[in-house]
Amino acid sequence: MHRPPPLSLLCRLLLVPLLLAALPASADDDRLDVVAPWEINSLDPVQSGLILGRMQVAETLIDSDDTGALVPGLATRWQSPDATHWHLTLRQGVHFHDGTPMTPKSVAASLERTLDRPGVLAQADILEVTPTDQGVDLVLAQPFAALPALLSHYSTQILAPAAYDNDGQVTRIIATGPYQVTQLALPQRLDSTRFEAYWGKAPAIATTRYLAAPRSETRTLMAQSGDADLVFTLDPVSLARLRMTPGLALFAEPIPRTVALKLNATHPGLDTPALRHAISLGIDRDGIAQGILRRSDAAAHQLLPPSMARWHLSDRAPEARNLDRARQLLASEGWTPGPDGILSRNGTRLALTLTTFADRPELPVIATALQAQLRELGMDVQVNVGNASEIPASHQDGSLNMALLGRNYGLVPDPLPTLMQDFGPTGGDWGAMNWSSPALQDIFTELTRHTDPARRDALAQQAATLLADERPVIPVVSYMQTLAASSRLEGVSLDPFERSYRLADMRWGD
Amino acid sequence: MPPLAMSLLQRVCQAGLVAWVVGTLTFVLTRTLPGDMAYRIAAGRYGHEQVTAAAAEAVRAELALEGSAVQAYLQWFGDLARGDLGRSLVSGQPVAGELQHLLGHSAQLAGVAIVMALLIGVPFGLASGLSRHRLLDRLGLALAVAMRSLPPFVIGLGLIMLFSITLGWLPAAGSGHLTHLWLPAMALALGLAAVSSRVTHHAMARVAASPFYAFARQKGLSARQALYRHGLRNVSVPVVAYLGVQLIYLMEGVVVIESLFAWPGIGHALVHAVVARDVPMIQGTALVLGLGFVLLNALVDLACRGLDPLRQTS
Repeated sequence: MHRPPPLSLLCRLLLVPLLLAALPASADDDRLDVVAPWEINSLDPVQSGLILGRMQVAETLIDSDDTGALVPGLATRWQSPDATHWHLTLRQGVHFHDGTPMTPKSVAASLERTLDRPGVLAQADILEVTPTDQGVDLVLAQPFAALPALLSHYSTQILAPAAYDNDGQVTRIIATGPYQVTQLALPQRLDSTRFEAYWGKAPAIATTRYLAAPRSETRTLMAQSGDADLVFTLDPVSLARLRMTPGLALFAEPIPRTVALKLNATHPGLDTPALRHAISLGIDRDGIAQGILRRSDAAAHQLLPPSMARWHLSDRAPEARNLDRARQLLASEGWTPGPDGILSRNGTRLALTLTTFADRPELPVIATALQAQLRELGMDVQVNVGNASEIPASHQDGSLNMALLGRNYGLVPDPLPTLMQDFGPTGGDWGAMNWSSPALQDIFTELTRHTDPARRDALAQQAATLLADERPVIPVVSYMQTLAASSRLEGVSLDPFERSYRLADMRWGD
Repeated sequence: MPPLAMSLLQRVCQAGLVAWVVGTLTFVLTRTLPGDMAYRIAAGRYGHEQVTAAAAEAVRAELALEGSAVQAYLQWFGDLARGDLGRSLVSGQPVAGELQHLLGHSAQLAGVAIVMALLIGVPFGLASGLSRHRLLDRLGLALAVAMRSLPPFVIGLGLIMLFSITLGWLPAAGSGHLTHLWLPAMALALGLAAVSSRVTHHAMARVAASPFYAFARQKGLSARQALYRHGLRNVSVPVVAYLGVQLIYLMEGVVVIESLFAWPGIGHALVHAVVARDVPMIQGTALVLGLGFVLLNALVDLACRGLDPLRQTS
């Protein structure tokens, strides 16, 4: 009897799936594949709204345009007589993905639930959310003129009542965006399809997929191989390689995110504006921009970028590196070089620890560059690379000396809430440490009360001047959002506020 | 008690011991790691930029992190005894449900990797073991050393470069389609195959040099018949037994490879859970990996017992 030898049988069995596997690689070509580093941790918009918003699954009441101006989202109008009482008018004819209409009651319930969780909305001190005939009314404990900007933050996305269980936990994502979730595989993948009953313009591309690929090598290779149509957040070295890859279009847009040095203003080496000025003068921003970020325009001399004109001092000239001037400033504060070249005052050496984290891969590299640059001034800096949460934690327990971080001032289109958080009366976890300014608090309070644009412009300029002179936080370089897109795609653009990937505006070319 | 039942009972006891050791170790280790747990969990939940003292304090209060460690430890074992692995501190979802989804992906990856490793390593080892050419042996050894000494991460990158970018045959990373499985599985399989091919080579060379193999050829069996009837089964015992040893390599590899290929498996989840101090998730994943190790070793034992008639009689 002839029996097939077991090995060759096994080989034949294996051939079948191999052949099958080789075929359908091109089957999903009409699906828009998006790759970015951020994982989807949960169904709750407070945690994962960033991705739900960018993939255009969930929407907020208020939206923003490229200049940061607020534009209607699910609410068409918002008014306040006194910045304490707010009336929002809802858009008519909006449906949730389960087919139910969006009503003032469902919006109020969704907002109430957001208020129970930590997030930006807590800043506004909202006392009451009441549904009305056409919209919702909000009553605040104090005036807060930046409330509409907070209502554009992803954590305030509106979900349908059926999205929650009895405990208020999100069990399904039922929102209002142009795309609805078809499958969600936490933490990596989100598949969605066009929502036919969308209130706005129907998207041209019918299906999309989001894939979280935290490793930058993986993302670059996916862009290079054509597996993904849109690949976000590319590292500078890969970007140079992708430029030479045919079939890809590269996009870059400055975003209001700044790499900055957070300083403990009670440390003896950092406790006067002159000392902090010396550090700022010791930093070679252009060197870091060219050598690490590979961009000549990345040096940041102010915390807020020129695109946030209200908060940017356009007439202030950038200050180039000047070691002589820096040494003079240090000497005027009593810090002089010791026998080992390290500055000392009354026998104490100027030694500092610089804490940073690796979630943003360029930060540790910039930190070591700063270490070398400040060494030239005679400062002995140790770099400590840890988890991002060590920065707020060591801010709270007072052990932090210096921290290098990337701060997004465009989290909401108006930077005021972020700045109030960072430079509040007791400092801020991601901002000033042991530094506060009553004058700045007064400006902030006035800004929360005034809705007049001219008055707000003047106040914001005053605040920016104060921060630039006192330097509780020193800007280093600014970020660029980067995207590699398949050249088959048309209508690709970047949102400078990173709120949306704008998939609904894209279409397949020929 | 028959030896088979005895051996299984031993494995069951081992599984219980593994559960206790893994549960205790992960608990002690996560509690003694530097850094504030509440801040870490808040970072895992809200993204690092949203971590403020207020968010961390909210997490601390919600999860009662200040409570007694001993109580939390006993609670976990109590829940485990009832089959409840708790809820993830980051996503809020039941750990058991998440593990089920993740384990499926990892098992698929590991299973395909083992099959591929056997299909690559065994034929190569057999050929070089049977061949009298020293060159083939040397070549096999050189290849095996190279593959085993390269970290899976580097092999993975090389495979993506070749199969996705240069040839354009397979997707570089992702999941959801059968084609996504080949490259990560291959990246794991090459390292495994390196060892399997050497074990097979030595076993085959030993069998080929034995008197019973020479007798099989002398009584008139062809080379092929002799191999199938008298060679393979003899060779298979050390190869399968050695697979058990290689499981460690496989599990290490899974953690790295899943991250590189954005594969939603248990190794990748473990790394993230450690970073985010998601204690129930760390305990759950470590427990599943530990028990998986015991189970696979038991299966290797059974397979060896089935393959080796000497063990059945003894």
